[in-house]
Amino acid sequence: MYNPQLNKNGELRHLITTEGLPKAILNHILDTASSFVSISDREVKKVPLMRGKSVFNLFFENSTRTRTTFEIAAKRLSADVINLNIQASSTAKGESLLDTIDNLAAMHADMFVVRHAQSGAPYLIAEHLIRTGQNHVHVVNAGDGRHAHPTQGLLDMYTIRHYKQDFTNLRVAIVGDILHSRVARSDIHALTTLGVPEVRAVGPATLLPGGLEQMGVRVFNNIDEGLKDVDVIIMLRLQNERMSGALLPSAQEYFKSYGLTPERLALAKPDAIVMHPGPMNRGVEIDSAVADGPQAVILSQVTFGIAVRMAVMSILAGNQG
Amino acid sequence: MNIIIKNGRVIDPANQIDATQDLYIANGKIASLGFAPHGFAADEVIDATGLVVAPGLVDLSARLREPGYEYKATLESEMQAAVQGGVTSLVCPPDTDPVLDEPGLVEMLKHRARGLNQANVHPLGALTAGLKGEALTEMAELTEAGCIGFAQAEEPVRDTTVLQRALQYAQTFGYTVWLRPQDAWIGRGGVAHSGPLASRLGLSGVPVMAETIAMYTIFELMRATGARVHLCRLSSAAAIELVRAAKKEGLRLSCDVGAHHLHLTDADIGFFDPNARMTPPLRSQRDRDAIRAAVLDGTVDAVCSDHTPVDDDEKLLPFAEASPGATGLELLLSLTLRWADEHAHGQCADPLARALARVTCDAARIAGLSAGTLGQGMPADVVVFDPAARWKVEASALASQGKHTPFLGYELTGQVRATVVGGHIAFRRPH
Repeated sequence: MYNPQLNKNGELRHLITTEGLPKAILNHILDTASSFVSISDREVKKVPLMRGKSVFNLFFENSTRTRTTFEIAAKRLSADVINLNIQASSTAKGESLLDTIDNLAAMHADMFVVRHAQSGAPYLIAEHLIRTGQNHVHVVNAGDGRHAHPTQGLLDMYTIRHYKQDFTNLRVAIVGDILHSRVARSDIHALTTLGVPEVRAVGPATLLPGGLEQMGVRVFNNIDEGLKDVDVIIMLRLQNERMSGALLPSAQEYFKSYGLTPERLALAKPDAIVMHPGPMNRGVEIDSAVADGPQAVILSQVTFGIAVRMAVMSILAGNQG
Repeated sequence: MNIIIKNGRVIDPANQIDATQDLYIANGKIASLGFAPHGFAADEVIDATGLVVAPGLVDLSARLREPGYEYKATLESEMQAAVQGGVTSLVCPPDTDPVLDEPGLVEMLKHRARGLNQANVHPLGALTAGLKGEALTEMAELTEAGCIGFAQAEEPVRDTTVLQRALQYAQTFGYTVWLRPQDAWIGRGGVAHSGPLASRLGLSGVPVMAETIAMYTIFELMRATGARVHLCRLSSAAAIELVRAAKKEGLRLSCDVGAHHLHLTDADIGFFDPNARMTPPLRSQRDRDAIRAAVLDGTVDAVCSDHTPVDDDEKLLPFAEASPGATGLELLLSLTLRWADEHAHGQCADPLARALARVTCDAARIAGLSAGTLGQGMPADVVVFDPAARWKVEASALASQGKHTPFLGYELTGQVRATVVGGHIAFRRPH
């Protein structure tokens, strides 16, 4: 089946979603990332893999954190990085998304790292580049609407592999606002592709999208049941605007019903790890005692995130469009 | 002008005619079928050997974008698209800018359309002023100006008291109210069928119940008021079931579906293809199959093009930001034939006639038009088409200013060779 992420040789040319990516490509990214992890410990934290290449960070939606990690990753690969906060510039003047893309491509960009509030925007960009023959530009999705956040998904996989080695005997629970979470979707697709036998989604019915079962996920409304005997817990951030309204009555009640406390963590396997894509709301989705406890690997995720993004960018830059 | 359409396979579903015959047109009317009227001398001869001769298509929903949205399409371009698609009468919804809620606007539109001398344009008036769902429009005046019914287009009436009174008032004068059932709140802001695909792609959903909840309300109000309602562009199997029951109960009800929904499902969104963004959304295969079956058994009375020209600036956007709708006037015939071929074939004795009925006489009956049949003395609205000719859907093949369709790149069967409206040849495809 046609997949705009892959070139005619079946190699990755754009990274837009973890869905539909062959296991071999996912593993290749993770393997490549592990060779980059040590670079960050060196005195000189640079390799020349992308010297002379220009990476444009196109953030149509604000995110200091994700943008920074992409910037660091690109710089460690010796690329030139141009940060564009597009909300504040051209589209505000009425320029269309694709006009902006054509203009930047004409500046000989080699890679677009795209964050957009609308699901599917990176596909629109990638398809446009393919259609107009601008095959030299690669697109990396840095988060689009509720759809996907593939580098976060991949760094989560890297973290799980680092601590658990094997995917094929794990139970993984994703807890919280799955309805609005692109991270959850990217995690689910990557986990199922990598052979995790049991992926669980835990949350109140108002925060769970329909059709999760078709994605190979077991749904739990009760967190105590959902966490029982799991190896990995991925907590999701609850956005402020969802904390009170028709989806949830209050942050307090959410914490009471779904917050990860030491007591609840004890239901999981004794060596279970706790992950969070950040930024955390302490006392809303996660208790500080857990966030700062020995089972939390949240800061490792951040470190691995740089290596994973280096891996993705260097692989794309080395593949044909 | 006297025209003879020679040697074609004449299919007139309203009169159960399906035979190779000559059709004679004089003074803008169907003069006779099979034999020349006394003293008939043809000014024009259309050789229809190997072609089908049928009543001109009656399209129950085509947006012409005038007044107000001329940058998306003009009356000139869309009327040309209509006759190229074999559509000789079309009903246009009132969601123009300004909204068709005043007789002067309707008269102007009718006047402009008459001046172009192509398809017959039959506007729906706004049911409420500005489609705001608050005050009733002057329905009697609007009818005098040429409106054939009253509609809310895509704006549901939130206040059920207003809807009740609108139905009562329309019933007083015997007008039909055209409603696309859509709850005002559930599914608001949704862009795709609520289901596994929307969940996977992270698109906000429009659940089936957005349609069915509105239908329950409408049916209760129909029972209370006795009003006649036409439901527009149903999208789900559940809605079809409700219509089946309501018709059995005896409610004065008819309904149509958009031609896209006969063929496509939400899976056609693929990788966020904005061309597959529709209102109502494309739904599951089960829904699509129920719609196909309901067109066959007559639960669904008519198929419309739901023609909605959208320009590049509003379509080449991330899926949720893209304007919904697709061009349809020039695809209606082919998509209806495709249904006959894929679904009706083998399920009834006369698939082609059944298909044509849904876009001719059945549609005309709903709209209350003197059209859609080739009976003697009827206005001479005729389409001559090659049922086997294949054509590729591409921008250059379309007269409409709307070039966006999920069928882009498809090869479709059925090509219009000539369209006669009111006894004059409005379109003839060059050989």
